[in-house]
Amino acid sequence: MFVNDATTILDGAVILSVPLLFAACGEYVAERAGTLNISVEAMMLGGAFGGAFIASTTGNLALGLVVGAVTGVSIAFIHANFSHRLSANTFVVGLTLNALVLGVTSYLIAGRTLNPWTVTPLSIPVLSGIPIIGQPLFDQPWPAYLLYGLVPAIYVVVQRTRWGLEVRSVGENPQAADVSGIDVNKVRRQALLLCGVLSGVGGAYYSVYHVTTFNANMTAGRGFIVIAAVIFGGWTLRGAVLGCLLFGLADALQLNVQALGYQLNSELLISAPYLAALLAMTFFAKRNRQPAALAQPFVRGLA
Amino acid sequence: MSSFTELVEKSVQAGEPAEMAPTPAPLAAEHRWLGWLGALLLYLASFTVAFALSALFVALTGNSPRDVVTAMYDGSLADGSAIGQTIDEATPLLIVALGTIICTKAGIFNIGQEGQLIIGAMCGAFVALDVHGPSWIILILTLLAAAAGGAAWAGISAVLKYWRGVDVVISTLLLIFVAFQLVTWAVTTPGVLQENAVPGSVLSPESNQLPPGLQLARIGQYPDFNVGIGCFLALALAIVVHLAMTRTRWGFRIRLLGLNRDVARSTGVREWRTGGGSLALSGAFAGLAGGVLLTGSVFRIQAGFSNNVGFQGLLAALVAQGSALLAIPVSLFFGALRSGGGFLASTGVPRYLVDVVQALLVLAAIFPPVFLAVLRRRRERVRAAAQAAVS
Repeated sequence: MFVNDATTILDGAVILSVPLLFAACGEYVAERAGTLNISVEAMMLGGAFGGAFIASTTGNLALGLVVGAVTGVSIAFIHANFSHRLSANTFVVGLTLNALVLGVTSYLIAGRTLNPWTVTPLSIPVLSGIPIIGQPLFDQPWPAYLLYGLVPAIYVVVQRTRWGLEVRSVGENPQAADVSGIDVNKVRRQALLLCGVLSGVGGAYYSVYHVTTFNANMTAGRGFIVIAAVIFGGWTLRGAVLGCLLFGLADALQLNVQALGYQLNSELLISAPYLAALLAMTFFAKRNRQPAALAQPFVRGLA
Repeated sequence: MSSFTELVEKSVQAGEPAEMAPTPAPLAAEHRWLGWLGALLLYLASFTVAFALSALFVALTGNSPRDVVTAMYDGSLADGSAIGQTIDEATPLLIVALGTIICTKAGIFNIGQEGQLIIGAMCGAFVALDVHGPSWIILILTLLAAAAGGAAWAGISAVLKYWRGVDVVISTLLLIFVAFQLVTWAVTTPGVLQENAVPGSVLSPESNQLPPGLQLARIGQYPDFNVGIGCFLALALAIVVHLAMTRTRWGFRIRLLGLNRDVARSTGVREWRTGGGSLALSGAFAGLAGGVLLTGSVFRIQAGFSNNVGFQGLLAALVAQGSALLAIPVSLFFGALRSGGGFLASTGVPRYLVDVVQALLVLAAIFPPVFLAVLRRRRERVRAAAQAAVS
């Protein structure tokens, strides 16, 4: 009995975490480069819409993911050029893009119903038979397995490559990076575009492979949970991944506890990610965990 | 966030030539005039593009831009009642925008108005529904409680910033979602704020309706022009904020803190008091807007109560570029979009179109100042290089 409940909740946690994890990988890179990217919500919502729209019209789910990535990167393109070419305030641009994408997608979906499609999970033999963790980790739609490669790849790119070093340097000390010949705003734009791709994929995964339809405002603040996860993780990749899994778990608990006959305050569980991020910041803030130039626009000669 | 204010401040003087320019005076004056003309044209072009994109979007989705414009006009400006509706929609936006202007001037970027507004409204609803007495006193107490609630919610961010150094943008953003859940809990828990049980009906997740005595008075009659008296409060606040920011020692401290923290500190501005105070005050304005919304048009609190008023008030403040007086027409314009949007739905065009148009307009308003700043920096660099070459 307990084993079944645990499997149900863990499975729910992983399913709900996967879209967050994709987006969190992107948000992590963007924040390390110094963009506190709040349009990640817009990127996920746009990706969710693009993905669901293509999945329902063509029936090709993988193409849905690709279109989700393209939608995400288009939103990132606008944000990147406003914030890191024109040096417009990144929060103003991000908020406006969130409103824009919410408006556009809600407008386009209003009064329309998408053709349904079905998703079959890809069950990995043997591994999916492991008790408790087998089903959550090895019985998911195939794009979820991309994360097993993506997370280490992001780690290697950020920590072990030249571009990753540039990303970290423009996030920590853009003036020094500029003097040493790095095009600060270009690197920041690139990081933001990568965030757009991954957030778009995350959003598309959510609509195409998890919910299998699109509703107005379906991401409902999941982008902000991603931001909370990156903050909660103290701007480390493993912390962000852990944050996503924990917040997915809180979400799964909130959805499942009542059906399983437990009592837990669902409002408290929904606000858990935000409270956890706030608490983490309260304790990390003095330890200077965040990239030193986070959310500061770079203009040459403007210290 | 001080760089944002700097950009805004600089963009206002974008037309002026750089101080280092060794040009004779008459030529400089001419430059300034050309600069203003260029800026005006740039704004016009930018807004034209935004409207054109909106029209294109409408046309591409199979609707007629002309019909949309007609419907928006009918819903926002065509007759007295539509104009009253526009003013009613603009009132809370303006109040939110005024608070935002205060803390943005102090270099503090509060984006949590949506949460502060709904917490304010919730505190107002507590007083309105649970405190008994002469209705005009309770009405005033309701509005004060709303302002206090908003101030307290923003105050959390202020405390976190000056106690632990937590970034205000992040904490105000995260607290929005906590606020939503707090209100959802309050209106779904019997005995807290949920409506009284009526035998034979299911309890809705909303509070009881405010009694008529606690609803803000309206001027005018329904089919003709009619408007809630909240708008006079908002207008008075706009003038007070404008005078306070430009004519008082307190306003000067706030602007000084926003323009240069170090100078402010060394001239004796206590940062936590001025900065934290401005943040709490902006929360108080957002909360008051929630109170006005509660007593002026919604009359009860529910989960979707804030309905983007906080976000749009924030955007109005940004478009108004930190001017309390400019915030009045901008809020009216946003209010017209909101009331026109309500009317749009009846013509079969989804009302979300309004959000699209609004967002495009905000992007159009952001573009010119930053673009001019880029041009100015480039000109300065070229001039500096030329000077270096001469010497």
